[in-house]
Formats: sequence, C-alpha cells, structure tokens
Amino acid sequence: MTSTITVRINGNTFELAAPATLADAVAQLEVKPPFAAAINLQFIPNTAYQHTPLFDADQIDLIAPVTGG
Amino acid sequence: MNMFSDNHTAADALVLYGQTFASRLLLGTSRYPSPGVLQAAVKLAQPAMLTASLRRQNLQAGDAATNAFWAMLATLNVPVLPNTAGCHSVQEVITTAHMAREVFGTPWLKLELIGDDYTLQPDTLNLVEAASRLIKDGFKVLPYCTEDLVLCQRLVDVGCQAIMPWAAPIGTGKGPINPYALRTLRERLDVPMLVDAGLGVPSHACQVMEWGFDGVLLNTAVALAQDPVRMAGAFASATQAGRAAYLSGVMPEHDSAQPSTPVLGTPFWHQA
Repeated sequence: MTSTITVRINGNTFELAAPATLADAVAQLEVKPPFAAAINLQFIPNTAYQHTPLFDADQIDLIAPVTGG
Repeated sequence: MNMFSDNHTAADALVLYGQTFASRLLLGTSRYPSPGVLQAAVKLAQPAMLTASLRRQNLQAGDAATNAFWAMLATLNVPVLPNTAGCHSVQEVITTAHMAREVFGTPWLKLELIGDDYTLQPDTLNLVEAASRLIKDGFKVLPYCTEDLVLCQRLVDVGCQAIMPWAAPIGTGKGPINPYALRTLRERLDVPMLVDAGLGVPSHACQVMEWGFDGVLLNTAVALAQDPVRMAGAFASATQAGRAAYLSGVMPEHDSAQPSTPVLGTPFWHQA
C-alpha cells in the first residue's frame, strides 16, 4: 500500500504520494511559470525545489505576478 | 506629454539608490478598465517605474490572466517595482520580498506592512525592523510609510536611501491631509522622498512637488478617472510642473496686497 501525505497548496488540500518534494508537487499540478514558492511562510528558491521534501500538513504558497499599486 | 525637453529632464533626474530615472512619476498597474488602457496610460505618462504585486495562482483556472499581465509588463519596458501589499507581519514581508525578487528579477521593493485594514495605515512599530532585514538581504527598499518624522528618520538610519510617506490613505484621493507634517519631513530629512498614496488630482501631485518632494507614486487617481490615459498625462505634467516650480524658488507669501504694477507715475495720483 502506497503511503501519502496531505498538504495545503494555495489554501486547497492535495494528497501526494510519499515521499514527495516541492518539485513533485509543482509538476503534478502543472504550475506554469512565472511563479515563486514558499512552504510554511519560508521562501524556497526555485533551485531548491528538487531537494525540498514535503511533509504532512505543510502549507505551500505558489504565487504569481498580478497588477499592484 | 512631457512639458520640457529631454535635456531638461536629464539635468534634473531622479536618483534612487544610485540609479537614475528620467521621470519623477511612478505608476500603479491596478484597477484600470482594461489592459489596453493601462498600456496607453503608461506610454503617455512614461513613468519611472510600474508597481506590481504577487498573489496565489489559481491552480484550477491555469491563470491565463496572470500570464497576460506578465507578457504585457515585458512589452512596456518600464522597470518594475514589486510591492508587498497585504502583508501584516515582518515574516510575511520578508518571504514575499524574496518571492518577488525571484519572480520579477529585481532587488527593488515597495515595502508595505499594513497595520490597520480599515485605513491601510502602515504598521509603524514593525516597519523599521522589516526594512532593516530587507536592506541586509540586498533589497533596494522604498518603504511606504506615514509622514511621522521619527519613523522616517529611523527608516533612513537602517539604510533606506529613499522613503515614501503617504499623502492620505490608499485609494482615498484626498490629497495631502497633513501638509505641516509633510513639509516638516521634507525640511528635516535629506533623502529622496516620494509621496505615495492618497493623491486624487494632478494638483495634489503638483503641490507636493512644489514642497520639494522628489516624486510621486499613484494608481487609483489615474485608473479610476473617466479617461485614465488623459489623466496619466495630466499627472505627468503636474509632477513636472511642481518640480520646476520647486527648483525655481517660490515667492514669499504676504498677508497684505503688493501692487505688481509700478506705483510711480500713476496718473491722477491724489487728485481726487
């Protein structure tokens, strides 16, 4: 039986096969650039996605450019 | 819509963190009727920078609109000033700043740390710490702040080479609501200052530029005008006019009338 972890990405719940990295999550969700990522309010550089493991209940934010004042 | 020659502008350029900008107007990119109107406004006003922000991607929708904005920014060829709008803690600011630097590829940052959601007043008790950490992290920080002199001095003390006091709460269009404090600030601190937020009409921009402020940053006053493109041009002209007036030296104000036509030789003098 395959184990999974449950994470929140942009406020939505996702189940990922464990073990999973941030790169796995980005690939599974087909997130299109440009975007940047943070886990539990900590910035993760895009060069570190492959080496950043995800854990149960992680809060992931993937944010993209929008208009601003 | 430039009132003056390029030579005039070049001789009096805005310098922030050692970088020179031809314009003293910074423009926001939100709330325009359409992307096309924003583009036309930018082309007419030729701002020094355009502000932008970051928000969560809509993972279901594929965020076509976001990508369209990104593509449009590239065509405008104007430096981008990412903001940290919506952040309520120092950690939120720090994380957002780093994300912005990666996405936009720039160390420039409009530091926004909100302390009150109703007035969108900056969190003056934590703004200095946020600015200090960002400066150490290599950001070129333009902090959105109140007109409080001591706060602004502290921001300069921790390394901010320019500051951005508000004229009034964001989006109100009230214009400078505390002229005394703004003018005092201008007199006391010797760093570039851009008045950010609360400007409603071009005369507000002209007014603060006449007081010696180095530039203005605005969004809503242009975006919500009935003709945003024309209003963008009006703000650009007003900003230049105010700057020219400041450099020209404003006449002293008098309480009594001073005839401008020579009195000597007035006909019928004392012949009533």
